[in-house]
Amino acid sequence: MIGLGHYLTVAAVLFVLGVFGIFLNRKNVIVILMAIELILLSVNINLVAFSVFLNNMIGQVFAMFVLTVAAAEAAIGLAILVIYFRGRGTIAVDDINQMKG
Amino acid sequence: MIQVFVFYLFATLVIASGVMTIASRNPVHSVLWLILAFFNAAGLFLLIGAEFLAFLLVIVYVGAVAVLFLFVVMMLDVDFAELRAGFANYLFPGLILAIVLLAEMVAALIARGQGHIDLSGQQVTPPPGSPSNIVALGEMLYSRYLLIFEAAGIILLVAMIGAIVLTHRKRSDVRPQTIDRQVRRRPKDAVVNMQPGVGEGMKL
Repeated sequence: MIGLGHYLTVAAVLFVLGVFGIFLNRKNVIVILMAIELILLSVNINLVAFSVFLNNMIGQVFAMFVLTVAAAEAAIGLAILVIYFRGRGTIAVDDINQMKG
Repeated sequence: MIQVFVFYLFATLVIASGVMTIASRNPVHSVLWLILAFFNAAGLFLLIGAEFLAFLLVIVYVGAVAVLFLFVVMMLDVDFAELRAGFANYLFPGLILAIVLLAEMVAALIARGQGHIDLSGQQVTPPPGSPSNIVALGEMLYSRYLLIFEAAGIILLVAMIGAIVLTHRKRSDVRPQTIDRQVRRRPKDAVVNMQPGVGEGMKL
């Protein structure tokens, strides 16, 4: 029988994959953003699993807000990426600290 | 029995496509793998009885966010081979970090299995007579969490305006429509009545 532990395991593996992806693609901002999406997805799986197994709807309400924030974050992140690329012609993160100020 | 099989199918696919997302050479492939991961996560949600969030995941993530990613990846003409130069450098420390993180989570799971947290009534099926998932979610969202719901809407609005403001640029090589000049224009600026004399012609 599938229990809470199964869902938590999937979410944990997905979270680790996201963190690992940030390390693996240190230069490519687009893949880093995708890795962040994976992390947020794993958080959502956790919230929904707990919500269902504890029979409490608040978890799903919260997962919806996480979804909202994730969408907003992706939009803003990609917009920053586009203007950064327009100015420099590359998206390497190494010299992104020139953006300060 | 079928639930167990479907769960393992979705879980395996979610993790496999997650691996491919971060390891794929081509970012376009990465986005496509990400879409597959979201689809399978939606399947997991559906299996557990959270239908509304499953559909929301497909609509919001696959329909909006992943397409946004795809647009940006294809619009930016980036030399991706160069960006992958440091791939092997970060492989080892990243791997160590990932293993440590995973070990911590497994430890937490095992510790939870030893007791203390009482999860009595571990059931996927809702108790009989309870409203459906969407009804229950909507009742909470529009009553007790109304304020937070509207705050989420404001966040989305701010994100939208922010993205537009960030990427908007003035171009000098095009002649755009200037709406205020069009609106300000009155008939007396554009139309003149003339009464030319015979044989004189028009003087403009």
